[in-house]
Amino acid sequence: MADIYGSDEPGPRNGGDAMRRVLARIGLFFLVVWGAATLNFFLPRIAPGDPVRQRLFRMTVQGGYTQQGVEEMVAAYQEQFGLDQPLWLQYLRYLGDVAQLDFGYSLTLFPTKALDIIMVALPWTIGLLTVTTLLSFLLGTLFGALLAWRKSPRGLNILAGPLLALSAIPYYMLGLVLVYVFGVILKWFPLSGGYASGTLPSLNLDFLLDVVWHSILPGASIVLATLGFWALGMRGMMVTTEGEDYMVFAEMRGLPDRTIFTSYGVRNAILPQFTSLALSLGHIVSGALLVEVIFTYPGVGSLLFTAIQESDYFVIYGIVFMVVLSIALATLMVDLVYPLLDPRIRVGGQS
Amino acid sequence: MTEPQEAEVVSRERAALVRAVTPWQRIKGVIVYCLRTPMLVAGVLLLLALFAIGWVGPLFVDTGLADPTSAPPDLPPSRDYPLGTDDQGRNLLAVAVVGLPLTLRVGLIAGAVALGIGTLLGILAGYLGGVVDAIIRGLADILLTVPTLVVLVTIAASIKQVISVEIMALVVASLAWMWPTRTIRSQVLTLRERAYIQVAKMSGRRTSGVVFFELLPNLLPYIAASFVTSTAAAILASVGLEALGLGPQNEPTLGMTIYWAIRFDALIRGLWWWWLMPIVLIVALFIALFLTSAGLDAIANPRVYRGRNKRRRTSQPPAGATL
Repeated sequence: MADIYGSDEPGPRNGGDAMRRVLARIGLFFLVVWGAATLNFFLPRIAPGDPVRQRLFRMTVQGGYTQQGVEEMVAAYQEQFGLDQPLWLQYLRYLGDVAQLDFGYSLTLFPTKALDIIMVALPWTIGLLTVTTLLSFLLGTLFGALLAWRKSPRGLNILAGPLLALSAIPYYMLGLVLVYVFGVILKWFPLSGGYASGTLPSLNLDFLLDVVWHSILPGASIVLATLGFWALGMRGMMVTTEGEDYMVFAEMRGLPDRTIFTSYGVRNAILPQFTSLALSLGHIVSGALLVEVIFTYPGVGSLLFTAIQESDYFVIYGIVFMVVLSIALATLMVDLVYPLLDPRIRVGGQS
Repeated sequence: MTEPQEAEVVSRERAALVRAVTPWQRIKGVIVYCLRTPMLVAGVLLLLALFAIGWVGPLFVDTGLADPTSAPPDLPPSRDYPLGTDDQGRNLLAVAVVGLPLTLRVGLIAGAVALGIGTLLGILAGYLGGVVDAIIRGLADILLTVPTLVVLVTIAASIKQVISVEIMALVVASLAWMWPTRTIRSQVLTLRERAYIQVAKMSGRRTSGVVFFELLPNLLPYIAASFVTSTAAAILASVGLEALGLGPQNEPTLGMTIYWAIRFDALIRGLWWWWLMPIVLIVALFIALFLTSAGLDAIANPRVYRGRNKRRRTSQPPAGATL
């Protein structure tokens, strides 16, 4: 993606050129979002047997209207969902709706809008994933830096292997094991849910503590499984930094180890980590769909799981669109902000 | 007096060196070289062991027992049912023997298709350059910014009724060709300028001849490394989709086994043997693929290997992200 922003062609970088690239990058953002919306529109229509229509039909049948006027019911639904119009008109109307984040009605909870359901689930997911991503970033980066640091205790390297292995497996697998060991056998943590059943979400301390209590296991499985990624990346950068002359010079000046480590080593090695962090933050909406499913955490993942089971297509497509949108926004911001942070990219381009 | 003698000695040594490399010695050299990367050896051995479960298993276990209601439900591991049975009365040992090869098949088909597309596009882009390159690279770059697994959810949800192992593989492959394309393209770009390619071109060889006989053989190490990576990514994607319930509904793949276990609350009901089997197999599979690809990578690019993490990291999200 950086390829597109920092173009390959060498040449004078004047203000107009930068402006052109920024506009091209924003254009790309809209292209991606439009592509996702278009995919959501046409996929069910070219799929065998148009699942949305089938679902609507089944719903009318299940509704007990089998005896009389099934056709009229379907027609009524089709009108309600705009399925009786020519395709291009449907498409334009759909694009207009999506631009306002209107994904239509949920098929299972009919009068409720798909967006409203998604909006209830979204804060849970964003909360969990923001905290775990930041935590994993901090711990992993520190651990990676220590792994490369010559003066760290030797025993540290023993931990590198297991962490590598953990980062190679999908993290819902880890979640299953954690929930069994700490939830079912030891009973230290709650098995499922985002808060104790019977309580209503509200903004008081007790409830917040309860939420944190319920988030520990799903959070731990995400942190453990992503730690290795951050550690590996940081170690790679730190090894290169260690070989730099200024590190030797800092040591010869007799600076304390702690200063050399933080101000000379970590500080110079950490920049690419921030890029990855920004990109991962884009994934907070979709970050751990299956972890949520395993813990029946009331976020987007669990919502998607039930929506798939009940063939609630408008909710599924709504979630997919929101995820694509948030990730596209995050990469857009990274690409626009990064050249301001790192002048080398602004001047040199990517080649 | 001494100068020509020295030159002669050098040229004789050189000739000896050239003569010394017989095909057998070359193969031996490759084997010795591979043994120097223990990761590759361990990974390949583990992979072979996993494949063996699918090959040898059916000789000892009746695969028909992987169908529902072929055994009493919810039995813990015992002498008769070494891995227990699930809620629908499948013998989980038989499920392992049937399901692991199915999962491997999804991964291998998807990996091969993705790699095929990627190699073709990569060679086209890298070798032809110009507009073709710009279009292919642009498309790959745009699709790389899209969260593939979530888009796969849309596709799979829309064709849920008709999904089979092969269709599953094609769905996954449809969004897995971008990394191979990029890898192959960048290799073609460096190979294109090599002298032997230039010589082949100038000697009037047709483009197809240059591509198939000069370019492709030299791309093989990278293609092999890409194949393992894209197979691993495909398995990750397919298992994730299946665990969400979007897999072949009537096939006992490992991902579908996890889905049924989640669906029927195996966790809370304490039926640990139900989900443990697929997890152990999948984790073993991922570790095997990870070791193999790391080992192959070290062989394919010995020089850039150390700096690899640095370069990849800015664009590739953490493994397993989005699920």
